[in-house]
Amino acid sequence: MAVLDDGAWQAIWLTLELAGLTTVLLLVIATPLAWWLSQTRSRWRAPIGALVTLPLVLPPTVLGFYLLVLMGPQGPLGQLTLALGWGTLSFTFTGLLIGSIVFSLPFAVQPIQHAFEAIGPRPLEAAATLRASPLDAFFTVALPLARPGLLTAAILSFAHTVGEFGVVLMIGGNIPGQTRVVSTQIYGHVEAMEYAQAHWLAGGMVAFSFVILLCLSLLKRGGGSFVR
Amino acid sequence: MNRVRLGLPRAEYDLDVDLALPARGITVLFGASGSGKTSVLRCVAGLERAREGFVRIGGAVWQDDAGGVFLPTWRRSLGYVFQESSLFEHLDVRRNLEYGLRRAKVEGGRAALDEAIELLGIRALLARRPAQLSGGERQRVAIARALATRPQLLLLDEPLASLDLPRRREIMPWLERLRDQLAVPMLYVTHSIDELSRLADEVVVLDKGRALAAGPVGAVLVQGDLPVLAGEEAAVVEGVIVERDARWHLASVRFDGGSLFVRDGGLETGCRVRLRVLAQDVSLVLDAPQRSSIQNHLPGIVDAVLADSHPSQALVRVRCGAQVLVSRVTRKSVDELGIRPALPVWVQVKSVAVVA
Repeated sequence: MAVLDDGAWQAIWLTLELAGLTTVLLLVIATPLAWWLSQTRSRWRAPIGALVTLPLVLPPTVLGFYLLVLMGPQGPLGQLTLALGWGTLSFTFTGLLIGSIVFSLPFAVQPIQHAFEAIGPRPLEAAATLRASPLDAFFTVALPLARPGLLTAAILSFAHTVGEFGVVLMIGGNIPGQTRVVSTQIYGHVEAMEYAQAHWLAGGMVAFSFVILLCLSLLKRGGGSFVR
Repeated sequence: MNRVRLGLPRAEYDLDVDLALPARGITVLFGASGSGKTSVLRCVAGLERAREGFVRIGGAVWQDDAGGVFLPTWRRSLGYVFQESSLFEHLDVRRNLEYGLRRAKVEGGRAALDEAIELLGIRALLARRPAQLSGGERQRVAIARALATRPQLLLLDEPLASLDLPRRREIMPWLERLRDQLAVPMLYVTHSIDELSRLADEVVVLDKGRALAAGPVGAVLVQGDLPVLAGEEAAVVEGVIVERDARWHLASVRFDGGSLFVRDGGLETGCRVRLRVLAQDVSLVLDAPQRSSIQNHLPGIVDAVLADSHPSQALVRVRCGAQVLVSRVTRKSVDELGIRPALPVWVQVKSVAVVA
């Protein structure tokens, strides 16, 4: 018998696909959001900041429950997707993707926001005195200087998505090839008393998580400096 | 003539200045910390917005609140050198220098950058990262970067303040070269009397957001009623080394109004130098001094007797040719010698500092 059966491999690929897509989309969404949070003096800053952080403290079941309601046939998002002829998103890969993005949002926004804040106003003012428009300065000064924060955000988002379970179960269920990821696969194996299979996958997750954390700490050590 | 008029309400005091800036040379904004110097600079650059302002530089209006004009910083033809290093850490020196050059798209930018690289002696640093530069080198690169956009105005906000004394001494001659060789006017913020007397052509003395005095440095420093100078009243004398005395290690500096012996610092004859003569190093006598240990005597005419910070003292302004010197004496001496305007006197100068 192979160490990992086809179902396990399917779950692994699905997990990597979900985590990769989530990471890419999160970077696109979180970067402008983090920039706004780091620059604004608006009174909306605090409430928006708290809202973004909410998934960090909420139980995944609560988050999953509301997403399920939102995406269901009676929810506003569900009605929209139904009207567009896409059907409902719950128990689909797309629904899982949306859930993962919401769930990992703080893990992407916070490192990027901190990186932007650490830059301070000076480099951007210097760029303005060198004829760079605000958008130009954002892309040529702020983003490159925030690179360590962006990298941290990407790694955390990826790892956090790989490790999610509650939200997946709530809105994705456990459909092989569609929404069955490694964490739910392990759960299934344990339910079925297939401890050997569970061991391989669980051990893999431990090794993966360890490597991620190791990368992060190495990154932190070298991240502040641009000297090569 | 460039014009800067700014009004900005602030917590401690309101900023309210109206300055006419010469089209070249260094205008120093001088004042204690918190006097509003940096705010003036930031408002001129548009980094902060004056509530009511009119800024016209080199024929372009940057801000005119009466006419509803406010150009953002990046549309103003200026260079800005910040107090601490503002180099982009993610770019090497060459790409830092080219950052503004590429965006300004001015004719002759490349030549201006080349000239600045030469003037500031940074050609050997081009491949380095900012983190590999000393504080003095960073500021020189920052100045060159600002000059590459061929600005109409160069703003310098205490560019030497973050440097220790040796670094400051190292960078000062570069600034003098810029002043003497470039046509771009500079607005230079400092609270250092050394930098002021060494670099300034014009000076604006700021206190609590207002300009107390403005004019050529030689005139303002001997004005006599500026507490911010804190006993550092001094005449700034510009002259030429005409003779070097090898035996006594002295150099003779001729200026419009006489000549002074200074310590021979190794400068060749014919060099232009700037001297600072502190009021406390100048005494007055009525008769031509004979058999005095003081080598420097100049005949002059009393111009004015001014109040000093302490009632026991007075500042006496004396005109020697075109040059004005200032002497700190006691009130008692003024009375006993009958010192009054138009009185011919002899000025004895005990010590002269060559500042540049």
